[in-house]
Amino acid sequence: MGVRLFSEPFDPWALIRERERELPLEKLGATSVFVGRMRDFNDDRTVQGLFLEHYPGMTERELERIVMEAEARWPVDACEVAHRVGTVNPSETLVLVAVWSAHRVAARDACAEILERLKHEAPFWKRERLEDGGARWVEKNTPGS
Amino acid sequence: MTITVQYFARLREDVGRASDEIATPGAVDTAGDLWRHLHGRPPPPRLMVAINQRHARLDSPVADGDEVAFFPPVTGG
Repeated sequence: MGVRLFSEPFDPWALIRERERELPLEKLGATSVFVGRMRDFNDDRTVQGLFLEHYPGMTERELERIVMEAEARWPVDACEVAHRVGTVNPSETLVLVAVWSAHRVAARDACAEILERLKHEAPFWKRERLEDGGARWVEKNTPGS
Repeated sequence: MTITVQYFARLREDVGRASDEIATPGAVDTAGDLWRHLHGRPPPPRLMVAINQRHARLDSPVADGDEVAFFPPVTGG
């Protein structure tokens, strides 16, 4: 299991390639990947940047718990979760969830479940910097379905 | 013994500080009691709580030495 927080921009595809160097890809028929990037708009406003606050210690622990519970529920062989903290600019990657499995259903379902639980349970909070110089806390995530 | 209380995000701005450290009060059994003891008002709607860095509820018991955190709904991902 790989769970990582980055305070600087990271390349999700480089993390995937790095992880795949140590995986038995001949046995892993399915890889499901979600990459979330920062949009420059939200709720009809232009957003210039984000500050992502987290709870050091608990955030890592929660991500590890979410991944472990997914690994217990589905036959998946590897999971990689990465998330930004601190100051983030539009188009930068906020979150990566990648899951490797022998078959597509486990990979796809585990990836979706990890992402939804991350959004509802992992202690991160977004504060948006607006074009007029103001700022606002994001009160809730967009619905998952 | 003491209980350490932390606040995050908008709640930290509303409370006006990042943490409290209090001598364990006698009449405090739960996280909700702790909030009322510290702030003299009911917990705000949708308040989330963690005890020792694990999700908990307002009726979860708190004890000497615990790290209690109060925060608004999370918005990561």
